Amino acid sequence: MADLLRDEDRIFKNLYGLHDWKLDGARQRGAWEGTAAMLGQGRDWIIDQVKASGLRGRGGAGFPTGLKWSFMPKEVGNRPHYLVVNADESEPGTCKDREMMRHDPHLLIEGCLVASFAMQANACYIYLRGEYVLERNRLQAAIDEAYAAGLVGKNACGSGFDFDIYMHHGAGAYICGEETALLESLEGKKGQPRLKPPFPANAGLYGCPTTVNNVESIAVVPTILRKGADWFSSFGRDNNKGTKVFSISGHVNRPCNVEEAMSIPMKQLLEHHAGGVRGGWDNLKCVIPGGSSVPLLPKEICDTVLMDFDALREHQSGLGTAAVIVMDQSTDVVKAIARLSYFYKHESCGQCTPCREGTGWMWRVMERMVVGNAKTSEIDMLLDVTKQIEGHTICALGDAAAWPIQGLIRHFRPEIEERINLYRNDKPVFVQAAE
Amino acid sequence: MTDLRKLNIDGTEYEVPADYTLMQACEEYGGAEIPRFCYHERLSVAGNCRMCLVEWVGAPKPQASCALQVKDMRPNRDGTPANIRTNTEVVKKAREGVMEFLLINHPLDCPICDQGGECDLQDQAMGYGRDATRFEENKRAVDDKHMGPLVNTVMTRCIQCTRCVRFITEVAGVQEIGLVNRGENAEITTYLEKSLTSEMSGNVIDLCPVGALTSKPYAFNARPWELDKVDSIDVMDAVGCNIRVDSRRDAVLRILPVTNDDVNEEWISDKTRFVWDGLARQRLDRPFIRKDGKLQPANWDEALAVVAEKLSADPSRIAAIAGDLCDAESMKALKDLMDSLGVRNIDCRQDGSLIGEGPRQSYLFNTTISGIEDADAILLIGTNPRHEAPLINTRIRKTWIDGNLEIGLIGEAADLTYTVDHVGTSAADVATFAKSKSGFAKTFKAAKNPVIIVGAAALRGEAGLALLEAIGQLAKSVNLVRDDFNGFNVLHSAASRVGGLDMGFIPGEGGLATDAILDAAQQGAIETVYLMGADELDTSKLKDAFVIYQGHHGDNGAHVADVILPGAAYTEKSGLYVNMEGRVQLSSRAVAPKGEAKEDWAIIRALSAKMNRVLPYDSLEALRVKLMDDCPSFLSIDSAPSLEAFDPTTLGKAGELSTDMLKNPIADFYMTNPIARASNVMAECSAVIAGLNPELNEAAE
Repeated sequence: MADLLRDEDRIFKNLYGLHDWKLDGARQRGAWEGTAAMLGQGRDWIIDQVKASGLRGRGGAGFPTGLKWSFMPKEVGNRPHYLVVNADESEPGTCKDREMMRHDPHLLIEGCLVASFAMQANACYIYLRGEYVLERNRLQAAIDEAYAAGLVGKNACGSGFDFDIYMHHGAGAYICGEETALLESLEGKKGQPRLKPPFPANAGLYGCPTTVNNVESIAVVPTILRKGADWFSSFGRDNNKGTKVFSISGHVNRPCNVEEAMSIPMKQLLEHHAGGVRGGWDNLKCVIPGGSSVPLLPKEICDTVLMDFDALREHQSGLGTAAVIVMDQSTDVVKAIARLSYFYKHESCGQCTPCREGTGWMWRVMERMVVGNAKTSEIDMLLDVTKQIEGHTICALGDAAAWPIQGLIRHFRPEIEERINLYRNDKPVFVQAAE
Repeated sequence: MTDLRKLNIDGTEYEVPADYTLMQACEEYGGAEIPRFCYHERLSVAGNCRMCLVEWVGAPKPQASCALQVKDMRPNRDGTPANIRTNTEVVKKAREGVMEFLLINHPLDCPICDQGGECDLQDQAMGYGRDATRFEENKRAVDDKHMGPLVNTVMTRCIQCTRCVRFITEVAGVQEIGLVNRGENAEITTYLEKSLTSEMSGNVIDLCPVGALTSKPYAFNARPWELDKVDSIDVMDAVGCNIRVDSRRDAVLRILPVTNDDVNEEWISDKTRFVWDGLARQRLDRPFIRKDGKLQPANWDEALAVVAEKLSADPSRIAAIAGDLCDAESMKALKDLMDSLGVRNIDCRQDGSLIGEGPRQSYLFNTTISGIEDADAILLIGTNPRHEAPLINTRIRKTWIDGNLEIGLIGEAADLTYTVDHVGTSAADVATFAKSKSGFAKTFKAAKNPVIIVGAAALRGEAGLALLEAIGQLAKSVNLVRDDFNGFNVLHSAASRVGGLDMGFIPGEGGLATDAILDAAQQGAIETVYLMGADELDTSKLKDAFVIYQGHHGDNGAHVADVILPGAAYTEKSGLYVNMEGRVQLSSRAVAPKGEAKEDWAIIRALSAKMNRVLPYDSLEALRVKLMDDCPSFLSIDSAPSLEAFDPTTLGKAGELSTDMLKNPIADFYMTNPIARASNVMAECSAVIAGLNPELNEAAE
């Protein structure tokens, strides 16, 4: 068993809201310490440090953050630069950004300043999920505090850098968490993903160079700069560095958010921090390791798998947002995935064909499979339909809708077949209510 | 010098312009056929249908070829050009997948769908469709939407390509169609079930790749393969839109645009498209002679005999006026006949304007329609191009959307679908504008290619000549008539006008122009008036004159006529039309004239024989040769005249500039000529617009 993360190495020291979330409390925990000095080191230093830390985007795709920042134009031309923080945390199972904004908002605001400075963005927008009302109030209060203390605004932290930060409250559409749909929504348009290229670093918000980052990616930056890139990269395996906040939910004894080092074994993560699987490890059926969009993993893989980007990818899943959804043996896994299919059908923006038409089709077939009212051959057909959606859409929502079903068929095909057989032999698992 | 990039398409290397999309590159260079639904070359790229996917070797997933530009393609790691494949298994699978998705919720009601036979979905399903469905769920149904009297909707067939949305917002310039809801509930709608108010709305029917938006007047009339198709020229305005007339036996069943980038691009106005039902109503299908105060049917011999006798009188007491829809040949024949009779009171300007004496450039749209795209400032004077020439208006809007164009207006304010700086209302304001140094005047004077567009209606009468003189001075002062650019434009709204002016169908020495003819007829100085398709006149002044009406519709002119000679409408004859640019275009005959009606040149030729003044041509070809001999500008067909500078200060005649509002001539876009006034569809459109616009309603009462 690997060592667990020590308390002093935690970035989010108030993740559970036990302490003061306001500026004074945040300062006591180290926030806003030496911020001016960081800025004084210059833009290139900041970007180099973030690159050296090995930080990969925490929003799901895991793109190296420092590299992303370096895509921004080196000089500000006739178009201003923008930093947009994606706080539209809507991935089912994921609730890490929520806790950060609720209990450690100043880390995020400080991160916004540092990242914006590095990219020469004088304005930063935080796009907040529509349902996050308490977070909105907290974050706005924290922003107001930061303005009052001169930490942001004109001559932020006395650095000579003018920096404004705005919060925009979304209307609660999952698709607006996709970076280009988020930009559309922020511009006041319908939240539909844009075609790429052009990428946001080239033409983003209002056609200007823009970087869109997840809340966690931004909030960890000041601490990385304070403690050093070496400190951050001392956690996790190569290419999977740092600490990460995991959201553990489902059939565990103590569902929680917990910050841990990357590459921690899943079993250790669940047993130590979440009180173990309900009814013991052997009662585990499967785990969705990274939010609803990634394929589930059956117990055999969960026994040994490490929680990082590469290890999960090896098993045809992904770290995603690191929202670990645990399902024990009592779970009807077909129904669980059917529910996710409904979610994607409901949240598809309807812009491009495969996702618009395919998500509804998949969901309807899944619903029939839940009761077993299907042909065995339809399992392969369903798999084929997921392949027809995957990779053929404008944004990744199509992939996200396809993967959970692919994971289900990959690992639990016998269960689906059995259910179909039972239904055919007049012993359905579900007796449909008489209408 | 175009920036060329190397690209490997299906195994062969090509040098392709960097700003090409992959779709263009694959089609133009690779010779591949890329299927598409949402992509349209004249609209913004949506990339949402996903039908045009191609394989970029090495990329994790297939790419939408409509959205990716050649310059976005990274070379391979070894430095060789990027490999694009349009015919691999990956591509085939991807397109078949998209096609299957499009069809699962499509009703497949092709046998009762008007799009059948010319449906992109139908055609491409032949190439990419499965033989049987795998979709066992219920299909989605969508409520039909109300889009007005022109566009029929069957929204269950819609594949959400959003071409209609993009056309209406980008080209037509009204935000009246949109996509609401999301996911599989996404619907195209007019939001509040209101009629479309755009005069360009019919184009969404052509754009719709499936049968969701079809033509309401044409609904269930015919199948495309049973129609005879003839390319022709539109006469609803002076743009000279290229059209295709589809007919079955002797009935015109629909009119569609033909692409001509120099004129109408790919669009036509609703009047051009839907006027065809007017071709079957109110037609003059036999000669009539007024006896005992009533028009009585007659035969050709009797009618021509009466006309011949009347025209044999004193030529100074005879006049001839040509209307707005006449072809050049019939005007030429009429002019030749009148010349041989010694009649000098002839005029093709039934609107009462006095322009056309000077050089050809003095009454042409010299910048040319496509030349508008080079303009950086436009001053509109006394015109509403949206009504007088919708295709000019879309061209201005297109240029305006691209940026770098500012537009000013002197005249009556109107919604032109682009932002206009309203700098004045009257002729006198043109002189004020010429002196002004601020606001739009400053922009205009600093512009590289400033353009003046003056409506022909603003140039009516003596006041018009004074205005023209002021415009000439302004044109000179900003140097907009140069060897490399000519920014002086007259915007005509009558299809026949420029042709008439070109051949000199204006009063001869001592002859009277239209207004004078009408006054003289009222006072009895003119006894016989020959109206060739002239209906937009104050016919009450013709009560005492003997009126010969040659034309195709029983409209204003026929009501006061004493003899009616039934002619052919524009779809029933081949003829030359000169558009406002001076571009000569040849129309074709789609159907035969109605009943006993004849082609117009032939009527005049027969009349000349009756009068023993036989015109020197026996065929249309011989007439055209004579026309081209007498008037060489008719020699170059299909091209606008080449640039030739002239002195704009010679324009018009100095006089007092009026301070009256320069009223826009067209109050009702759908009712501007006899064919449109006979059309039920146009009447419906007119009523819809009137209902939506209470001001117009009051004016009509």
